Amino acid sequence: MKKLIFILSCLAVFSLSSNAQKFITKTGHIKFYSDSPAEKIEANNRQVNAALDAATGDFVFKVLLKSFEFEKALMQEHFNENYIESDKFPIATFLGKVNNIKDVSVAKDGKYDVVVEGKLTIHGVTQQVTEKGSFEVKQGKIAVNAKFNILLSDYNVKIPGAVTNNISKSVEITVDLNLEKFASSVN
Amino acid sequence: MKIRIYLFVFLFLALFAVTANAQEAMMNLINKDAKPVTDYTSATFKTTRVVIGQSCEIAPTGNLILVFSHHFGALNSGYENLYGLKQSQVRLGLEYGVTKWLGLGVGLNTLQNTWDGFANFKILRQSKGAKKMPFTLTIFGSTAIYTTKWADPTRTNYFTSRISYATQVILARKFGERFSFQIAPTYVHVNLVPSYDDHNNIFALGAGGRFKISQRVSVNAEYYYLFPKQIRSTPAYSTFSAGVDIETGGHVFQIFLTNANGENMETIVTQTTGTWWNGNIFLGFNISRIFTVVKPKAYR
Repeated sequence: MKKLIFILSCLAVFSLSSNAQKFITKTGHIKFYSDSPAEKIEANNRQVNAALDAATGDFVFKVLLKSFEFEKALMQEHFNENYIESDKFPIATFLGKVNNIKDVSVAKDGKYDVVVEGKLTIHGVTQQVTEKGSFEVKQGKIAVNAKFNILLSDYNVKIPGAVTNNISKSVEITVDLNLEKFASSVN
Repeated sequence: MKIRIYLFVFLFLALFAVTANAQEAMMNLINKDAKPVTDYTSATFKTTRVVIGQSCEIAPTGNLILVFSHHFGALNSGYENLYGLKQSQVRLGLEYGVTKWLGLGVGLNTLQNTWDGFANFKILRQSKGAKKMPFTLTIFGSTAIYTTKWADPTRTNYFTSRISYATQVILARKFGERFSFQIAPTYVHVNLVPSYDDHNNIFALGAGGRFKISQRVSVNAEYYYLFPKQIRSTPAYSTFSAGVDIETGGHVFQIFLTNANGENMETIVTQTTGTWWNGNIFLGFNISRIFTVVKPKAYR
């Protein structure tokens, strides 16, 4: 019984691990780009929330879909109303881990290649994804960059026959974050 | 032994819960850190018209909408007129979104060569989140000037006699993703009326709705109730219009049936001379095409 209490208290301590190694942003930038013969579609979201625990490698994103800004108002309306259905599915999330977080030292400036793995949820559909990116540590801040493609069909985003030439089946996602050390008044 | 197994299972579950929750906890951290956002309702109606009357929507900022409206003749006009196919009434309109809350428009109607100009002000926007607002409120103000020759050139005619005005207070709400509804108390002032018995100030109450039957198709209906005994020298009726909105890439097609002859608010309210019951029904369509004139800041 004593052992049990000891282990449980260890777990409790572990789960309350300090925020010292946590990095966060609420002004991250995610761009998506669709290139098709008829039309190039680009949208930018500069209000992306993301947090990284540099000790454990836990890495999460929260993206408000209505915050994507398009060049044309009509594209934005179609994106929200017809494709991503942002009233039904207002946010996209990523819950995952940096696989090789041990290679990254937040104490030392430098550039690191990372592999991030986890669950990406868009349009109510969750897919397991593994993508490559880079972390650049500079004066205690981490610049995160990644570029990858996702298939709209993987997330049940349907493109009607009439506009198949206007929207690419695969869209390019560019992630650009500047994570800063999380300053909490509690811890 | 049994206890040990329980203990083992418990510990395993506890550990599992901790690792799974680490990411959830990070998400909570994000949620606490995130600044509250206001989620404004978009596309309460697909275009600036419910069917023939104004909707709560205004042209998006920096965007120009070209609206081509066409009404055939009345279905009860007989074979001689091919049940209305021979005649047509057209309105060509342009609308521009100056800001998020101000839209401007002009139109030319073939009915009495009427020019109309309007401004619509989006006073309140339906939203949830940081700022909560249960409905959208748009004020619509329009002036119409007919430019055909004077009916009686022998009398003294004043230019002001050609003018009428319409004002609407449009209160709209999108109930979920499929259904939108609006009510629109409407006031029309006609400078010169045909007879002493006719009122210059005319009141009507509009109501209109949209029901999405698929991602790109909706059924719309609209009723303008004309309060009785305001127009006496000519027949004047309430209007009912029903139709379908079909959205393609850059266009919205609206195909509808209505008993209103006119295409601007002043004539819709005051010059609807027949009812559905006596077959005074017009087949019509609107085609809206939207153009981005001024791109958002980030794309300039």
